[in-house]
Amino acid sequence: MTAASPRKSRWTNGLFVGPYLLVYLALLLYPLLAGVWLSLHKADLFGGEAFVGIENFSRLLRDTVFLQAVRNTFLFVLLTVPPLAVIALGLAIALNRPTRAAAVFRGVFFSSSVLSVTIVTLIWRLVLIPDGGLIANLLHAVGQPPLPLLSHPNLVLPAIALTTVWWCLGLPMMLYLAALQQVPAELYEAAALDRAGPWKTLTRITLPSIRRTIVLVVIIQCVLQFQLFGQAQLLTQGGPNGASRPIVLFIYEVGFRRWDIGYAAAASEILFGLILVATILQYVTTRDKAASR
Amino acid sequence: MACVRLDHLSKSFGSAAVLDNIRLDIAPGEFIAFLGPSGCGKSTLLRMIAGLETVETGQIHIGERRVDPLPPGDRGVAMVFQHYALYPHMTIFENMAFGLRNAKVPKAEIEARVAEAARILEIERLLQSKPGQLSGGQRQRVAIGRAIVKKPDLFLFDEPLSNLDAALRMRTRLELAQLRRRVQATMILVTHDQVEAMTLADRIVVMSERRIQQVGTPMEIYARPANRFVATFVGSPPMSFLDVTLDAGAGGLARATLPGGASFNTDVPLAVLPTSPTWRLGLRAEGVKVVAPGSGLINAQVEFVERLGDRTLVYLRLADGSAITAEDAGTSRAAMGDRVGLTLDGAVHLFDAEDRAHYGPAPAEGQP
Repeated sequence: MTAASPRKSRWTNGLFVGPYLLVYLALLLYPLLAGVWLSLHKADLFGGEAFVGIENFSRLLRDTVFLQAVRNTFLFVLLTVPPLAVIALGLAIALNRPTRAAAVFRGVFFSSSVLSVTIVTLIWRLVLIPDGGLIANLLHAVGQPPLPLLSHPNLVLPAIALTTVWWCLGLPMMLYLAALQQVPAELYEAAALDRAGPWKTLTRITLPSIRRTIVLVVIIQCVLQFQLFGQAQLLTQGGPNGASRPIVLFIYEVGFRRWDIGYAAAASEILFGLILVATILQYVTTRDKAASR
Repeated sequence: MACVRLDHLSKSFGSAAVLDNIRLDIAPGEFIAFLGPSGCGKSTLLRMIAGLETVETGQIHIGERRVDPLPPGDRGVAMVFQHYALYPHMTIFENMAFGLRNAKVPKAEIEARVAEAARILEIERLLQSKPGQLSGGQRQRVAIGRAIVKKPDLFLFDEPLSNLDAALRMRTRLELAQLRRRVQATMILVTHDQVEAMTLADRIVVMSERRIQQVGTPMEIYARPANRFVATFVGSPPMSFLDVTLDAGAGGLARATLPGGASFNTDVPLAVLPTSPTWRLGLRAEGVKVVAPGSGLINAQVEFVERLGDRTLVYLRLADGSAITAEDAGTSRAAMGDRVGLTLDGAVHLFDAEDRAHYGPAPAEGQP
């Protein structure tokens, strides 16, 4: 009885996990494997499927349009993730106080996150366009000519990054605030008695206390920003001349404009691999230090 | 070592006053306990001395310096927090060295001071651990060590033993008493536990309702509580109170008549007592003994018996309904429902209608 019961209960435990497991297999694992399978085929949406092995992948690595999209995506991640992580942290620290004004500003900074990408790009088109946009007007006020923010190949990615930072700031800020409110007030009092100034308190008390949340924010934002699509599609359609075409837009164009879904699936697998590697790298590099906690 | 002077301190949070006109002088090297129930303002007072709460009116001096405008780190105080407040991501060594580094103490001296404190507290083996790997008692030692290394003029302890289990609390209490002999500093302990206050402090400051109720040595507080609050709060079980009437007895001493008509002579001269519409007699349990029914001063019915091993507490009710607690031997045969007699001896405490206590002439030194 005693020897048999643990094994028996293990099977009944499975019943509780079962429903989720089925959904997981049907909606996540199966499409993932089907996508890998598809990427090894020459296929279009109207039937006709031929096994071509890694031909799609080798074609991608020679495709200058795809390689440009990969470079654009990396550049975009570098332009958005560090500012998001740092600015959201600064806002969270500034707004982590029990005043009414802080509560209002928390709401204000979070409000942009609830907007859909169409609204966000509409708003930012008004900011970015050289013909009477907000930035153009500001430049005009200091006697500068307007910048072609959405049509110059070197300015278009920073402009989309700016839009994205504004849009995505709310979530990391809230994550940081939740973490900051978990830090016991006694730690700050002990630090005050230990003569720690504001900088020492930030670097030796606050940041180490919310380390895990910082790692979480960076990973979440990397995963999100690698998948840039809506802003680029709606603001520039990837232009000028592909200068703002990210990988997901490339996949969209290949898969749903040219119906070459085997090729699109291969590009998707590469994006999946890039995100996976980036995430694991961050996890591993930060875990070493975390293990010594 | 430094003296501490609290001068007319008041404090309120919003419209709620938490401290009202606190005045206290603490001698250099003295160990003071702030004792009182939750919400009496004792922790707020400690935090005001530390600089963690602002001072609204009044001044705080530590030694010759007025410190109430200074930030916490510049006051020469070290504090042991109730929940220890160790930095979770630093090693024990770094926890203790952090304050010294910020104060720009030379590296060699930091190492020497931490090593010395670790030796005193027997935590040398833990120096490279993180707080999360330590037991509650070990964390407590580290928190004390972090205070010691700073060599402060004034130690502040905020309920330092309240998170420990009973056995560890007793051991740590003894260690605190020993620590006190090794570390030359003025110390203030905040506690709601009268045993901690009685055993550790040179003087106890009993607080209630935003005010200091009484300041005195532990035995003064116990033997001659200034008012009914102190009499009830200090001493276990709490003092019992009986309504009495007073008149002149033998030798000019006040004679107290109990509700049942029985009377006995107190040791308080009637002449020193003010006029008061009512009087209460306060009796500690050890001054009330259980005897055979009819052979004592009054009779009472046993309501409840608590056996503590070495002694027995007997909770009784008199004929008029008032409650009284007596102490009997550990082998007491008293049982619920018994009728017993009671004798009253030992010190009596007389409380007037405003709950102030009145006593006869102070006993000679050494005879509390």
